[in-house]
Amino acid sequence: MTLWLGLFLVGPLVMVALYSLLQRGPYGEIVWHFNLANYQRALDPLYLRVYAKSLVLAGSTTGICAVLGLPLAYTIATSSKRWQPTLLGLLMLPFLTNFVVRVYAIRLILAAEGPINLLLLGSGLTTEPWLMTDSAFAVALGMVTNYLPFMVLPIYVVFEKFDFTIIDAAKDLGARGWPIFRRIILPLARPGLISGVSLVFVPVLGEYTIPDLLGGAKTLMLGGLITEQFLRVRDWPFGAALAMILVLSMVSVMGLMRLVGDPATRRQRGFIPG
Amino acid sequence: MLSIRQINKRYGSHQALKDATLELEPGEFFSILGPSGCGKSTLLRILGGFETPDSGSVWLGGVDITRVPPHERPTNMVFQRYALFPHLSVAANVGFSLSLGRMTGAERRRYVDEALALVAMEGMGERRVQSLSGGQQQRVALARALICKPKVLLLDEPLSALDLQLRLRMQAELRALQRRLGMTFVFVTHDQSEALSMSDRMAVVNRGHIEQVGSPAALYDHPATDFVASFLGTMNRVTVQYSAPCNQSSDHVWVNLDGSNRLRARWSQGRPLPAAGTPVTMLVRPEKIGLREAHSHEASVVSTDGRELSLPCQVSDMAFHGATTQVTAHVANLATSVTVTHLNRDSLPAGLSLGSRVQLVIRLDLDHVLIAPAIPPVTTGG
Repeated sequence: MTLWLGLFLVGPLVMVALYSLLQRGPYGEIVWHFNLANYQRALDPLYLRVYAKSLVLAGSTTGICAVLGLPLAYTIATSSKRWQPTLLGLLMLPFLTNFVVRVYAIRLILAAEGPINLLLLGSGLTTEPWLMTDSAFAVALGMVTNYLPFMVLPIYVVFEKFDFTIIDAAKDLGARGWPIFRRIILPLARPGLISGVSLVFVPVLGEYTIPDLLGGAKTLMLGGLITEQFLRVRDWPFGAALAMILVLSMVSVMGLMRLVGDPATRRQRGFIPG
Repeated sequence: MLSIRQINKRYGSHQALKDATLELEPGEFFSILGPSGCGKSTLLRILGGFETPDSGSVWLGGVDITRVPPHERPTNMVFQRYALFPHLSVAANVGFSLSLGRMTGAERRRYVDEALALVAMEGMGERRVQSLSGGQQQRVALARALICKPKVLLLDEPLSALDLQLRLRMQAELRALQRRLGMTFVFVTHDQSEALSMSDRMAVVNRGHIEQVGSPAALYDHPATDFVASFLGTMNRVTVQYSAPCNQSSDHVWVNLDGSNRLRARWSQGRPLPAAGTPVTMLVRPEKIGLREAHSHEASVVSTDGRELSLPCQVSDMAFHGATTQVTAHVANLATSVTVTHLNRDSLPAGLSLGSRVQLVIRLDLDHVLIAPAIPPVTTGG
């Protein structure tokens, strides 16, 4: 385990950290000259805007996944035991096709001559095709469809162990709809929700395939920016610095989630009468 | 006060309740007893508002509440596995219903303390519910329901998860609490001894049908149907011959015990009368029959007053139970073995031991003897 972690996690991470402190030579090679210039450059407003955009997109994707995932997980968990494997299978079904193929499929569906636009034009609702590709909307749609299962599964696992008679008990004690959700379902789904948020937010923040295929040139994300530094600009040290920033922001998000999910902090906010 | 009128409920092809009708008195401890899957929990869930009957109605204090949702009903339920909110403290569980309203914190705390005191859980308010024992969780569930001051408290097999010792203690406490509060309790159980010992009145349910309603003693001594007779306590089953209905009332019949002796007993309600000579089952409780010493080569005799029949038998087993002794004896005339419960307060017939020949004494015209069509023994659900 230690060897495995050292070889595949700590080792590469140390290398990236090291590279981020070096400099790019005139031909894209690495010059062994230690300084913080890459990090200074990463704080340029041009890049800050990219980070902000990435954070907003990752945040909204996670939010949408949570809003859709919680009722979905609840529905699956409360459906009859006979149907649950089928419903979970349907949820996982898209994963049987290749990731890139799936993202391309969304592009085709949204395309100017795709089924949605054909339907809209054919029905006479619009006269011009609705340009949905190469937009933040397309990227968010791609992200949500790809990452929703990662939100649903951990919440489902929590609900699956749930004794649903407590919902009856809450009703019996005078609660209805919203109080039952806020006071009973939400607090109990919380551990699953927190895992789901980490599982969606972290990869979405670094995602570069979906923004690249669905966002076009206008929607440059942090992940895309890093890819560009390594593969096109051939500025490995700057790419490494950006990667370090990404890793740090992911770690801080996960740390925050741990803090929110910690039973000790939860107890302080517990519903003790008075 | 609480009246259940001709309720029918069907799940697919399974008829859970058939024309269930009950009338409950205010302040009574009413048990609904039956084997698992008989429909008793369905009936309770209908009373709580968690299920809607296909037909029929539920009335409480002259108001039709059949379609009133659970959160608006003046009933509260203690669930089988307590259904406590695992993320809340004991006090928050008990105070849950109050926290939905506009009550101030101090006031709420006072009510919660009162409710906890009622179930002997003072000072446990800050505990986590997972850290409590089964019996304590049971008390919290009870306090949580009682704090709402329901007109009727519904209890769904609340003691079934407790061990015997604790169950007996909780039975006594529940009964005492119900008397003190004067509240109507509807208690669902599959445990016949629990229902017998706790209830003011009880109903026995079988396959969605309410077989009989009455006091525990009435149901035990005068079961209306062979199901009630077999489900409550133990019964000797003796195959006898059906003879004829009695003149005076159609629910009593004559049966032939052995060749020459007849016995008058009640006929199981709702069962069609068979043809004369058909073998039928006689159900008689082990403590309603007795043993006496046999004179040498005594045959079956009817006592001089014509009330008692004694039949020769041979003791095949004896089991000492402290207060009682169970004697099993083989009766040649009836071609069967019967069990007799002998109260150890009275002395056993002299010289009674394994293999000894004694006389089995059966009174001849007793209401507690029930005659039913020859049926296989009823399995009492666990």
